[in-house]
Amino acid sequence: MNISRRYRAWAIALAGLLALLVASVLAGLCIGETLFTPAEVIRLLTNPVDDGRTEILTRLRLPRVLLGCAVGGALSLSGVILQGIFRNPLVEPYTLGISGGASVGVSLTIVLSLQVAWGSFTLPAAGFAGALVTVLFVHGLGTRRGTRVEGLLLTGVMISFISSSLVMLLMATAKSRDLHGIIFWIMGALNETNGTLIRLVGIASVASLLLAYLYAPALNALRLGAEPATQLGVNTGRLVKILFLLASLLTGICVSVAGLIGFVGLVIPRLLIHAVGTDYRILLPASFLGGSIFLVLSDILARVAIAPLELPIGVITGITGGALFIAITSGRKKRAG
Amino acid sequence: MNHENAIEINDLRCGYHGRVILDVPRLIIPAGELVAVIGPNGSGKTTLARAVSGIISPYRGTIRVNGQEIARLSHRARARALAVVNQSVEADTIAVEDYVLMGRLPHRPPTRLFETIEEIAIARENMHLAGIQVPGNTPMDRLSGGERQLAAIARALTQQAGTLLLDEPTAHLDIAHQVQVLDLVRRLNRERGITVMLVIHDLNLAGEYSDRVILLDNGTPRFSGTPTEVLTPDNIERVYGARVVILPDPLSRKPRIFPVTGESSRGPGKDEISERWNAPR
Repeated sequence: MNISRRYRAWAIALAGLLALLVASVLAGLCIGETLFTPAEVIRLLTNPVDDGRTEILTRLRLPRVLLGCAVGGALSLSGVILQGIFRNPLVEPYTLGISGGASVGVSLTIVLSLQVAWGSFTLPAAGFAGALVTVLFVHGLGTRRGTRVEGLLLTGVMISFISSSLVMLLMATAKSRDLHGIIFWIMGALNETNGTLIRLVGIASVASLLLAYLYAPALNALRLGAEPATQLGVNTGRLVKILFLLASLLTGICVSVAGLIGFVGLVIPRLLIHAVGTDYRILLPASFLGGSIFLVLSDILARVAIAPLELPIGVITGITGGALFIAITSGRKKRAG
Repeated sequence: MNHENAIEINDLRCGYHGRVILDVPRLIIPAGELVAVIGPNGSGKTTLARAVSGIISPYRGTIRVNGQEIARLSHRARARALAVVNQSVEADTIAVEDYVLMGRLPHRPPTRLFETIEEIAIARENMHLAGIQVPGNTPMDRLSGGERQLAAIARALTQQAGTLLLDEPTAHLDIAHQVQVLDLVRRLNRERGITVMLVIHDLNLAGEYSDRVILLDNGTPRFSGTPTEVLTPDNIERVYGARVVILPDPLSRKPRIFPVTGESSRGPGKDEISERWNAPR
């Protein structure tokens, strides 16, 4: 039976990705300024001792790796969803102005020094508020004339330009100490240690994956186009609205905690389409796992490349992701030609 | 549930951005018939197809499919009542069998994400019925335009809808594939009793394949009847503004339309031929 063979292939792909993720997480826990052996990691995690090494592992390394899993998976998931509803492989969470909105929120907060008065949750909250305002704005403007997805896309891209100009305006007026804060945030980092925030990102990303998975058959139908999908019984307008809001809010949460980490949502789904095919029933979970793996590995590179200094993770994902993207697309052309 | 009229339109007005494109006081597609909808470019054929398939909602009036008003049906129920085949299929790398299986989507509870063995059997049977020769895992973009249209019909059959709406299904096809697709449609209509609404601009194909023809003019059905009743030089000239000669097909005796071109209108034999064919009726 053809179909059962395909399901088996899907199961093998997921198991493979899961194994890769476990290996990446273990590597992420072991590698850094302080080195651990895998055996030591497992021993210290299952049976914590009250010493400095345990402290480093559980208080610094583990939250960072877990945040990498959650953010990487979430960004990749958002990317694959948005590419699906816009039927455009170049759309990613940041194309739609979500990151721009978050940047404006954070920059404004830093320039006004609100985080000094309001504590450690201020920056993520400001980022999320900025993202939320943008999402609602894009959605409101973009769907005013019916539910044409082109409207959403165009509005998103324009909002993105406007908000990056606003960030530059804020940077131009900022004091040099604030400027450093803004730049540092924009480049992205996984060094958030607040357990509540990390848990929030984790829950949001897994819940989004489960919710999006229910729409996998509808997303498959949407590959035929909006009208043919409607003729197959998909409420296309509602589908696009729900998934757009889901992907945008998920991105907003990630950006507000980890800053701007680009390219994950663009490259990883593209890569996995080549590996597992375009059926969203496999592509959604595979993209999530792939994004997690990619970000955890990128973070290791960010920590060790110029150790003891740390590279911003957005730089790593930008360079490796961009190179990967070119490799995929040029490789594909060769095969087609 | 077998209603006398597969499609029944009353007092329909619809269009885009508030502009009325289509004004249909009444239009009926009787169950079991193969009805062609023809008309000049811009006469509202495609708008009619889009209204009937529920993509645009009417400003006023009702469209009933199998007795049920489509505006009151859910998207899924609509797709169970009416299957649509469009001018072309954009399905890039989706495998043929997966594409045909999408026809089961409106029948599947939203929480069930995977197909059953029965559904696969239905899809395969319809692929066979539609004459699809390629293996089921062939990507759609490897098929010819004609094969893709056959796959679209197989997908529509998999919807098991009872009424089939075809919107210019042969517009992009060569003559052999046009015949292959429409032969299949006629066979499905005759052997399976599937009602067919065929929106088509090719008058000869409309005349050849349909039981009844509805001629749209400027958004309104102007003439309706058998091909021989509707496809007359007078009607064509009135609606299309083109002069034509109509002769019986040498094989099927159905009406064939020949446009009178600048050159042929100067020829001596035109009136003679036209009279010879038109006189006995």
